[in-house]
Amino acid sequence: MTSRANGVPSSVPSTGPRASIFDLGSPESRCVLAPDPDVPFDGLESLLGSAARIIPPTLPHVTELEIMRHYAHLAEMNFGVDSGFYPLGSCTMKYNPRINEDACRLEGFAGLHPYQPVHSVQGALALMVGLQEALGEISGLPAVSLQPAAGAHGELSALMCFRAAHTASGNPRSKVLIPDTAHGTNPASVAMCGYQTVTIPSNADGHVDLEALKAALDTDVAAFMLTNPNTLGLFDPQILEITAAVHEVGAFAYCDGANLNAILGITRPGDMGFDALHINLHKTFSTPHGGGGPGSGPICVTEPLAQFLPGPLPSRTEEGWYTLTTPQASIGRVRSFYGNFGVLVRAYAYVRALGSEGLKEVAEQAVLSANYLRVRLRDTFDLPYDTMCMHEFVLSGARQKSDYGVRTLDIAKRLLDYGYHPPTIYFPLLVEEALMIEPTETESLAELDAFADALIAIAQEAAETPDLVRSAPFSTPVRRIDEAAAARNPDLRWKPSITE
Amino acid sequence: MSHPSDRVYSKDHEWVMVDGDIATVGISHFAQDQLGEVVYIELPESGDAIVAGDTFGEIESVKSVSELYAPVTGEIIEVNDALGDSPETVNSDPHGEGWMLKIRVADSAQVDDLMSSEEYDAFVTES
Repeated sequence: MTSRANGVPSSVPSTGPRASIFDLGSPESRCVLAPDPDVPFDGLESLLGSAARIIPPTLPHVTELEIMRHYAHLAEMNFGVDSGFYPLGSCTMKYNPRINEDACRLEGFAGLHPYQPVHSVQGALALMVGLQEALGEISGLPAVSLQPAAGAHGELSALMCFRAAHTASGNPRSKVLIPDTAHGTNPASVAMCGYQTVTIPSNADGHVDLEALKAALDTDVAAFMLTNPNTLGLFDPQILEITAAVHEVGAFAYCDGANLNAILGITRPGDMGFDALHINLHKTFSTPHGGGGPGSGPICVTEPLAQFLPGPLPSRTEEGWYTLTTPQASIGRVRSFYGNFGVLVRAYAYVRALGSEGLKEVAEQAVLSANYLRVRLRDTFDLPYDTMCMHEFVLSGARQKSDYGVRTLDIAKRLLDYGYHPPTIYFPLLVEEALMIEPTETESLAELDAFADALIAIAQEAAETPDLVRSAPFSTPVRRIDEAAAARNPDLRWKPSITE
Repeated sequence: MSHPSDRVYSKDHEWVMVDGDIATVGISHFAQDQLGEVVYIELPESGDAIVAGDTFGEIESVKSVSELYAPVTGEIIEVNDALGDSPETVNSDPHGEGWMLKIRVADSAQVDDLMSSEEYDAFVTES
């Protein structure tokens, strides 16, 4: 499928998109042949009366083999971390160890029903309490709710706790401050929670402009949201000063935990002065993600905020049993039942398999890998913030664009021909033609070198044969997608044709 | 490419063309080139008041969502509704059919503070 060896357009003809499953098979085809009933049967109408369907449902008529081939083909067209290097910045596409899958498929976990009596799910509650304690220790924020279903959901839940705390003190406040390097989910969560966003600029080093922050802080500010390390892959050395300034006006400091992979076991958001943090379990704690879920976005908060956490929360009684209770001033349920339990089991397995020393090595290796790639690529591309980075770094394709008319989008498309998932592009917004690269800790040195070689080769192609790069990809099932048409007129669902 | 000299430009990459006390506003060629293909534009209503420096709408491209900043203060008297169905006009004709608002200007001195086309060309070359 790909021509990774030398990047020359593949001579293998593209397989192209196949027919939809509705176009396969024939009206007579069946996947399952039910035996004839061994009791008298006069047709469905006699059993269902007026509830019987008049028009049959529009279902595909295919054999089991046709179904298998259809889905096997779809799986072949997919690209995941199991198929190749996936350095999608800010997404932490690390390998998901298979032991996690074994753990969450244990019958005692997989076979649970959420309405089972509490005395019959003690093992599951013990696991949740164990995970809460581990996340509390890792974050330095002792009170934990595992309920939120993903990172942005965690942001919203924590902001709702802040609002509840401010309201309890007499004034819910109206504004939330966010730096210009923030993930787009931050202002979205702020708006969902009924607050106004105020953007704080970055300084020349890519850190928070402390003077601008201090100027914007007043008693109408509910919170300051910061990702640390930020989306430039930089750890803000002013962090203690920042959180102190935020607390001085009675506001809360929120840590977006999207980049927690860089600091596991090295430093803790609680020690930096943050009041709340969400953790993307699916990223940092290694469960499959990128396909739309399920994720998990637990929030960790300080003791004074614990009373507002979404519940019910599992806890251990003095007698050693496990029980579920809702904090006294809880913002209520934010999700049905107890969160995405299967993800919690995988994350717990990951934490226990690695232990505290292993988690620290995760962060060290992730940071080392990012810095290795940064140094290998900094002469080929512009590097606007050329300093030691954390788990990711941001290159700029500005030189390739101005000198050869080759944009970052073209470079990303060309990487597909070399067999790689491209990095995050055009984010963060303050870097022109941005390429945001996060290798994670799970790639070998040989893989990192091969990726760097590919990007250097593409930069050379951009200089010598720019049309080749601008026309890429050549080896994928579909070539350039019309992104504008896809955004303007999304075609998301198969519909029966009128002629049928 | 240089920008047309029959209008003035803001640091937020809006252009303003004045006829009497009516200002027509759009985004520059440079801005649309930076944004890439535009897929959605959110504009205010005719009759709304608008204040220089405040946001008046949003523009979404295949790359990002950006805010639109008012270059002058005044009252909106007309909105280019055609951009709702064909936002790509901002890419194909940013200085013509891709105009966004017509504003009755409250203070013409604000227009004098904006950049000439030569100044704007130099501004975008630097940044």
